[in-house]
Amino acid sequence: MPEIAPRLRVSGIRKSFGATAALAGVEFSVAPGEVHALVGENGAGKSTLMKILSGALSPDAGSMELDGRPYAPQDPLEARQAGVVMVHQELAIAPHLTVAQNIVLGAEPTRSGLLRHAAARRAAGEALAQLDRPDIPLDEPAGSLSIAEQQLVEIARALALGCRVLVLDEPTSSLTQADARNLFALVRRLRDQGQSVIYISHFLEEVQALSDRYTVLRDGASVAFGGTAGTNPGELARLMVGRQVDELYARTPRAQGEVLLSVNALAGAKGPVSASLELRRGEVLGIAGLVGAGRSELLRAIFGLDPVRSGSVSVHASAAPGSPGLRWRQGSGFLSEDRKREGLALGLSLESNLTLPGLRPWVRPAALEAETADWIRRLGVRASGPLQAVGLLSGGNQQKIAFGRLLRNGADVLLLDEPTRGVDIGAKQNIYRLIDELACAGKAVLMVSSYLPELMGTCDRIAVMCRGVLGPALPVSEWSEHRIMLAAAGAAA
Amino acid sequence: MSAPTKSLGSRRLLTSFGPLLGLLLVCLLFAALRPATFISRDNFAIILQQTAVIGISALGMTLVIIAGGIDLSVGSIIGLTTVVIALLLQQHRPAWQALLGGVAAASLCGAFSGLLITRLRLLPFVVTLGMMGTLRGVAKGLAGEQPIYPDDTWINGLMSLGKTGLPGGVWLMLGLSAAVALLLRHTRFGRHVFAVGSNELTARLCGVPVERVKLLVYVLGAGFAGIGGVLQFSYLTCGDPTTGVGLELNIIAAVVIGGASLSGGQGTVAGTLVGALIMTVVANGCTKLGLANWVQEIVTGGIIILAVFLDFLRRRGAERD
Repeated sequence: MPEIAPRLRVSGIRKSFGATAALAGVEFSVAPGEVHALVGENGAGKSTLMKILSGALSPDAGSMELDGRPYAPQDPLEARQAGVVMVHQELAIAPHLTVAQNIVLGAEPTRSGLLRHAAARRAAGEALAQLDRPDIPLDEPAGSLSIAEQQLVEIARALALGCRVLVLDEPTSSLTQADARNLFALVRRLRDQGQSVIYISHFLEEVQALSDRYTVLRDGASVAFGGTAGTNPGELARLMVGRQVDELYARTPRAQGEVLLSVNALAGAKGPVSASLELRRGEVLGIAGLVGAGRSELLRAIFGLDPVRSGSVSVHASAAPGSPGLRWRQGSGFLSEDRKREGLALGLSLESNLTLPGLRPWVRPAALEAETADWIRRLGVRASGPLQAVGLLSGGNQQKIAFGRLLRNGADVLLLDEPTRGVDIGAKQNIYRLIDELACAGKAVLMVSSYLPELMGTCDRIAVMCRGVLGPALPVSEWSEHRIMLAAAGAAA
Repeated sequence: MSAPTKSLGSRRLLTSFGPLLGLLLVCLLFAALRPATFISRDNFAIILQQTAVIGISALGMTLVIIAGGIDLSVGSIIGLTTVVIALLLQQHRPAWQALLGGVAAASLCGAFSGLLITRLRLLPFVVTLGMMGTLRGVAKGLAGEQPIYPDDTWINGLMSLGKTGLPGGVWLMLGLSAAVALLLRHTRFGRHVFAVGSNELTARLCGVPVERVKLLVYVLGAGFAGIGGVLQFSYLTCGDPTTGVGLELNIIAAVVIGGASLSGGQGTVAGTLVGALIMTVVANGCTKLGLANWVQEIVTGGIIILAVFLDFLRRRGAERD
């Protein structure tokens, strides 16, 4: 293949946060008129790399070139002006502004400080025509469009800005299949017009169908690249995983008892589409899947945090529709994936956070304090005392308190959403041991995680969720990371 | 290790006793400037009497603010309450019925705001701003835009300064303070109020009936303002639909000076009482000094800003730890 001068070249990029190396040497280049896929597991470093490309972060080492000239944006505005524009998974649309206003947002044509309305509409119209969607009304509020059309508006904005490298981050995760097909056609059209597109996706089939070349990121480094024609989704999945499970995990053989939680054809208002499962005493059931597949929404619907549309949930044989208060009383507990925003009231004390679900009408603060002091010791939390604000603890210690809340309030069914997110490796190991101990003590654990080795190492059974549908729960011995990856990406396992 | 521990200790001391320290400073200042008239039994009784309306209403506001809300309608509720009491007395109802009727009307107003806030998910600031105007209008309409003077009853004695002892209204304030302090510290509801204000999502996750807690908090807040209205009636000895205009801001200021955070999850009864006292002492002292009303207003405003600024410094320090 003759070497064309690349539009964007990235070489030797490194970035560390504290002692953690998020990126440890990334190389790739994108030619004009190329769709370049960037694939990797959650945590492989894709988002850090995107932040560096878009100027939100500066690399510690390495260099970038745009059309042969050094490219080192100091902030996102500079990156946009240089022509590197990102369209994120969460769209950045101003819903009350019109489509035209959104398209020229930040680059409004002006004459001596006054907006040139006609020129703005013309520029917006041209951008939409370039996308072959002149039918989108320029004067409607952007918030009234469908998600797919809003995404088009964002892409049109990138074109109106004179974009040279368009970065699409998980663009199909919230689209229907028909909308996704239209998007693919559009991406090909842009490519044929000479645009460079960096395409980030978990869906390996999409990558296979759409991209010209690929780069695989793993543990912060680019570990493989090549032409997409010469590979297949299975090969890509293997390249993305490519590491071994070590002795971090604990799984003692244990006997399983009666069914504690049974979920039947559950559909929620925000997700899932359809999920059924049975969870037994002494069992750890893992739910794998991509971000946005509806895994958290499944746990939330079970716990009564999100509205349920149809289907049923029974905890301990009781099938009453649940509110979180009822679920706690039934003996289940929920660990939020977002500790800072939802899981803990950071301004309140350890004691308040630990005891909140199980308070009696009359509170004896002294007794609760003594009890909390006891839990601090049992959980090994490093804190100055029960009355310290929980926000002052480290992430790992905060997570112990969030976990302790489930234990303190007698939860038999533990719903854990990303239980090891944001904690260091030592704290992770503690959490794995704790999950193992709890299962051995006859609790039932339902655990969502994006980190496959963790699921493979701690669970008895694993079910994979793809686009809102929960697959069958199979014993962990029947899964491999590779197979989970394929099932999560919607490819036949 | 000893240095940071010590600074944390002194900060906690400042948090708990900061408002009290401020009150002492203000008192010392006026005592030094006007020793003869400021330091006297009678003057202290007057200060406490003048604190009672704001103090009691501020107890309810403390609950609302800890739960992360705000109620701008309490000034109007106080005015409405005096009118309702006067009207009931005019119809020759017994005093206790008039009193309960006034407080019940106030609580109903709170229930209405609370329902709008929880059911329709409207912003508390906007809802209670609307209620502020609406209830003031209702009070004026009920009273025919005139103060209503009913016959004397024992209610009028609640705020009278006798030869000995404090007015009944002051004892009522102290008793209610103890009750609210108990509610906040020793009941599940009190814990839930803090949880909702500190992080509503966490509260929901932990099974707290968030909507019910919010509704109750607005009912209680308005109910306490109603009791404040009873004392206001007693003080004025009439039902005045224009009384208490702007009082809600003094009430909120008392709570904030007392160390509560407008973003919720923080606040104490003792702090609120001290905050209310600071407001009255400043007004009283300025009068004793013969300062014009506009100077008082500047001083009070300055104290509010200072209190919030100190709170900001404290919080920033805590985040750095």
